[in-house]
Amino acid sequence: MKATVILRVSAPLLLWIPMVVSLYLLVRGHNDPGGGFVGGLVGASGLVFHAIARGHVAALRVMRLPPASWCGIGLLIAAASGLLAWLDPEAGYLTHRWWIVDIGVILPLGTALIFDVGVYLVVIGTITAMAFALVAED
Amino acid sequence: MSIAPAVLLGLPLGLGFAAAVAAPATQRRYVAQMGAIAAALAFVIYLAAAPAAGDPAGLHVGFWSVPSLGVAGGLRLDGLSLIFVLLISGIGSLVLLYAGRYLKGDPRLPRLITLLLLFMVSMLGAVTADDVITLFVFWELTSLTSFFLVGYDHEKPGARKAALQALLVTVGGGLALLAGLILAAIAAGTTSLSGIIAAREAVLAHPAAVPAMLLIILGCFTKSAQFPFHFWLPNAMAAPTPVSAYLHSATMVKLGIYLLARFNPVYQQDEIWQNVLTVAGLLTAATGALMALRESDLKRVLAWTTVTALGTLTMLIGLSMELATTAAVTFLVVHALYKAALFLVAGIVDHETGTRDAAALGGLGRAMPFTAFAAVLAALSMAGLPPFVGFVAKEIVYEANLAAGGLAGPVTIIGFLVNAAMVAVAGLVSWRLFFGPQRPTPEVPHDPPKSMLAGPVLLAVLGLVAGAAPSLLGTWLVDGAVAAILGAPAPTPLKLWHGFTPVLALSAATVVLGLFLLLGWERLMPRLRRTVVLDRLDTGRGYDAAMAGIVSWSGRTTRAVQHGSLRGYMRILLLSCALAPLAMLTMRGGLAVPDATPLDPRALIFLLIGLGAVASAVAGGTFSAVMALGLVGFGTALVFLTFGAPDLALTQFTVEVLLVVILATVLIRLPLRAGDGRNARQRGADAAVAGLTGLSVALVLMAVLAAPFDPRLGEWFGAQSVPGGYGRNVVNVILVDFRALDTLGEIAVLAIAAFAVLALLRGTAAERQAGG
Repeated sequence: MKATVILRVSAPLLLWIPMVVSLYLLVRGHNDPGGGFVGGLVGASGLVFHAIARGHVAALRVMRLPPASWCGIGLLIAAASGLLAWLDPEAGYLTHRWWIVDIGVILPLGTALIFDVGVYLVVIGTITAMAFALVAED
Repeated sequence: MSIAPAVLLGLPLGLGFAAAVAAPATQRRYVAQMGAIAAALAFVIYLAAAPAAGDPAGLHVGFWSVPSLGVAGGLRLDGLSLIFVLLISGIGSLVLLYAGRYLKGDPRLPRLITLLLLFMVSMLGAVTADDVITLFVFWELTSLTSFFLVGYDHEKPGARKAALQALLVTVGGGLALLAGLILAAIAAGTTSLSGIIAAREAVLAHPAAVPAMLLIILGCFTKSAQFPFHFWLPNAMAAPTPVSAYLHSATMVKLGIYLLARFNPVYQQDEIWQNVLTVAGLLTAATGALMALRESDLKRVLAWTTVTALGTLTMLIGLSMELATTAAVTFLVVHALYKAALFLVAGIVDHETGTRDAAALGGLGRAMPFTAFAAVLAALSMAGLPPFVGFVAKEIVYEANLAAGGLAGPVTIIGFLVNAAMVAVAGLVSWRLFFGPQRPTPEVPHDPPKSMLAGPVLLAVLGLVAGAAPSLLGTWLVDGAVAAILGAPAPTPLKLWHGFTPVLALSAATVVLGLFLLLGWERLMPRLRRTVVLDRLDTGRGYDAAMAGIVSWSGRTTRAVQHGSLRGYMRILLLSCALAPLAMLTMRGGLAVPDATPLDPRALIFLLIGLGAVASAVAGGTFSAVMALGLVGFGTALVFLTFGAPDLALTQFTVEVLLVVILATVLIRLPLRAGDGRNARQRGADAAVAGLTGLSVALVLMAVLAAPFDPRLGEWFGAQSVPGGYGRNVVNVILVDFRALDTLGEIAVLAIAAFAVLALLRGTAAERQAGG
């Protein structure tokens, strides 16, 4: 299957818009609709679309690492984020820690965000792994 | 008591285990001696503990507990355990010494020593366990180590098959035992064995008392090779002779007897217990005696007589009388002594002559006088002739038989015939083997080195000594065990000479009949072997049929379940999803309809969803069906959005986009045929499944909505989201914080699914390439 010229030319744009939106969704997720899961879905749809437009090899080049590695790294990050809980001997695994940062605005930073990044990476990895495998078939 | 019970009870286990671990690193020349010393030390420690074990309470140490489960456990040494630990460690020591010479030069000797020691530790643990859990763990360990020991010559298919058979039978019975022990523990409210015995009434009054008892009996019967599970024991003779002597005469097969005796205080008044044990014991004894006369392989002959002895023991426990119990304990000790000695002798003969076919052997006495000496002493004990301890045992067994109330007739007759057969076998393995004309053998026979002779000679002489002073054996060992089995002391003085009694006449008649059988053995054995009906007694055929049945049955079910039709899988999945909730609904009181609410304008969205659903169902092509399904998805997202769940809506929208994009990509590559290849009937069946699933979901939803809503959880999360999770988006805070562990599990599943899909697609791609 050959994509049309229009699609192929507009592909980079159609990749970066969802990617930016997905990161935005990821970061804002704690207070507004969004989060790692939705963010990951949006990011993955951008990459899948890129694979349709330019072929999955090009999409894989954009991703640098194979999708399976994204899954693994994401899982590791999510699992490791829970280990920081043990800085407090009383707390259980995955009890998130928070640091309230004051840089003009009060900004609570917590290990929950690290966990969400892990979720984000796993979702992107999973969906691109499945979709690319389907696209690449032939 | 100067030495702590923990040391007395724990040290033998620790010593044995340490020796087992050290064996592979020990110089091969000394490995057997090292193991024998460890076992001998264990024996000495138990001897030191013997006086304390005579106390009614026995020696006890608790060493583990799980308070939250209400279980605790430990080790205990009482009169019954004492007999077993002395036999296990004493005979173990001699067998280890013997094994060192028997397998001299075999590079796998350290492995055998390790396994034998591990087995010894398991046995010691099993008979000193004070709670059902410790007991069960050690019980299974004996099955496991014996699997490796029977399969020692693992390059022989016969040994592997025998090992697997022994394992499956004993472990299968072990499962039944586990269930029985748990039931008994629940009924008693404690896992402690002494506690269960003390809570006798509660155990018997429990509704599951009979099943618990039968399950325990089943476990014991498989372990102790009772009819109809006896077939594995003769087959287990594929093991090297030291293993057979240790496991299959003196120790492991007695473990079932041990547990029956252990539970006897609980069940002894129960008629089912008495009847099952007596009848099974008699059947086992008779079968073993008959089969022993059909064999000419020395080891198999001895194995069948072991089956006989185990049956006799079970029968005696089942008689549940003081006399029978004393008889059982005495016979147990006696049998262990002479049978281990005879097995070791059979091993020596096999080792030195190159054959163990009784028909091909004879007149070995001149060439191997010491072996002959041991064999004759042990055989005289086996035949039950005075002044050997076997005579004491046989006399008291006969006394018990005659006193067996209504059963006295059959019990005595069968006991008489069985004993006559034992006399014949005893003559076979001593008189016939070592006297008379010498027959040519593959190797020139001569006496083995001392370390191989030590075991049989010592055991055989012990039989003579104990026979000369039976009261010593009685007060020192038997009485304590009898008290433990009956739950109350019942000293019965063991005597060698009872005077001229009917029992003595019976003994004499037994010997006469036995001698007749022996003289006619050469003609009797082949005739019995040709009698096809007797093959039925070898229930191993049933085992083989069951095994073959399991294999073919699992083949059939696999073919039925994994048929490869995707549509079939979908149908099963959907029907389960539809029928299980419907069944739940009907059980929970049927259908429910939520209170009517005024029609909301947002309900129009459902019209859109319905439209999409109908369109996808009637769509002409796959592509348009997918598009119509997208409509359903977007409609659902709209519902989420308008009912105040923007997060869900966002996710749903994105998923729908992705789904449509991916499906479209795939579909473009597929050959777009006009039809889907189903005929009208298949379409109808599919429609019915789909309709049923939809109906089920709708009815369940309605019932859920009609049920009162509990808002507590939602309110808690709403209130805690900002102070506890620093986030205003409650959904996200729940996902990454409150229930983060769930999410971690979910993304792990996601990743696994990705790998599965990759493997699947790669597999089909490879197949296609291979197929051209």
